[in-house]
Amino acid sequence: MAIGIKVLKRPTRETSYLRATLKGMALTFSHILRPKVTMQYPEEKSSKDWTISSRWRGTHRMLTDEQGRAKCVACGLCPQICPANCIKLVPGEDEDGHRYPLIYEIDEFRCVFCGYCQEVCPEEAIHVGVHYENSEYSRDRFVYDLERLCAQTHPVSTLWDPSDPKGE
Amino acid sequence: MTPFLIASAVKVFVVFNLIMVGVALLTLAERRICAWMQDRLGPNRVGPQGLFQPAADGLKNFLKEETYPAQADKTLFILAPLISFVPALLTFAVIPFAAPLPTPWGVVPMVVADLPVGFLYILAISSLGVYGIVLAGWSSNNKYALLGGLRASAQMISYEIALGMSTVAVLLLAGNVTLSQVIAQQQQGAWFVISLTLAFLIFMISAFAETNRLPFDLPEAEAELIAGYHIEYSAMKFSMFYIAEYSNMVTASALMATLFFGGWDIPFTHWDDAGEPSVWKTLATLVAFLAKTGFFLFTYIWIRWTLPRFRYDQLMALGWKVLLPLALVYLAVIATAIWYLHEQLGWTYGTPMALALGGVNLVLLVILLWGLDRGRILSGSTAEVA
Repeated sequence: MAIGIKVLKRPTRETSYLRATLKGMALTFSHILRPKVTMQYPEEKSSKDWTISSRWRGTHRMLTDEQGRAKCVACGLCPQICPANCIKLVPGEDEDGHRYPLIYEIDEFRCVFCGYCQEVCPEEAIHVGVHYENSEYSRDRFVYDLERLCAQTHPVSTLWDPSDPKGE
Repeated sequence: MTPFLIASAVKVFVVFNLIMVGVALLTLAERRICAWMQDRLGPNRVGPQGLFQPAADGLKNFLKEETYPAQADKTLFILAPLISFVPALLTFAVIPFAAPLPTPWGVVPMVVADLPVGFLYILAISSLGVYGIVLAGWSSNNKYALLGGLRASAQMISYEIALGMSTVAVLLLAGNVTLSQVIAQQQQGAWFVISLTLAFLIFMISAFAETNRLPFDLPEAEAELIAGYHIEYSAMKFSMFYIAEYSNMVTASALMATLFFGGWDIPFTHWDDAGEPSVWKTLATLVAFLAKTGFFLFTYIWIRWTLPRFRYDQLMALGWKVLLPLALVYLAVIATAIWYLHEQLGWTYGTPMALALGGVNLVLLVILLWGLDRGRILSGSTAEVA
């Protein structure tokens, strides 16, 4: 029965650890001169080692058509699938029979950022976004209305693609 | 008499403020060097390169709430930070930090108080610092604080002996306990680190233990005692302990520079210690002194972020079973060597005598490392497995 037990080699007699100490000091000193890994956040938001993933699911964005109207057709799928029940949708219909949202609000505090709304949307209207700087001065500013959702400009999430699981 | 008083007052003021500023910068240096060793940048936001970070920290500490444990002995609880803070600053008074400065009212020695008993004064005052720590631990009425205080007292008393023993060798060679005379002696020959290498090593290890710095920071070992003796302290009283720790470091570094590295002496030249005193000499020697002290301060930080903490029994074993016998044997050997060179051969301290003693030290060092490592000089712990 060979479970991988790592047996450390330890000295059987007393040692002064002097050489180990000096080696350690040489190592720490060499680290002083090495390039630093710190990313200075507000100025630097990505480095050559790290950028935010294109699959990041952040605050929402509603895409618009050429006339600047929301692509949403108020089908009601996103409030239906939303596990956090954070989407409020009141559908309306114009004289040509086109459906559009009268009220479309997302409570970003309730949202769990699962991205189901983007997956389920037949019109590719609502998206979760690649965005993480969301601070506001009051809580009610976190209920995003339709106008605000349309005004967001950050890139939308690509979500996870089952045919390309590693994102290559 | 009056010029002397005025000069002393000015020196006290300047030295106090310099140490305070130095301590503030040292906290920043500690954090930045630690960060660099961990491939980070450290605090660099407040002011250029984070230079005003200590000011921000100080402001924060002034504005924080002072808390008092309900069951604490309030008098001692308030007194304890002061008791550890004051001796830490007092010690620096006898350390000469530059060549004498000529002024219109006479030559002013660049030391706050050139006491004839200088070194004994340092030993006496630095031992007082432990009272602050023990009282802090006891008055907090907290088991962790008490354990930290107990550890501190045992540790500091143990290492004080090795510290004192290692400096006896210096006093033997200098023939004087006045620190300015110790420096003068080193200027004539070589620095005492050459003639008393082992004493320097013992002194340095003991000084690390005396200042409760890693790898000997058992009084505050956060893994087991959370914060040790200052666990119940908040705001400015907490930062008093910090200031005390860092001023102790400054004093210990200055002491290492003074006793073993020639104090304000500039090596390889007699320009600085002979002839008429001048302002330039004072400034140049001040820079030399600051450089030496700074180097030891860096070593303090360097070692802190390299070595892990000792176990408590290891700490005691090192103090009592290694350093104390070592210091005693070393003292006997070096005293014999000094007696032989000085009395039998009639040498006075100078470069030849320093080199001869250096040779003795080299032999002792080899024997020591051989003995400690059981035949494997400077070998690592995993080099040989039986």
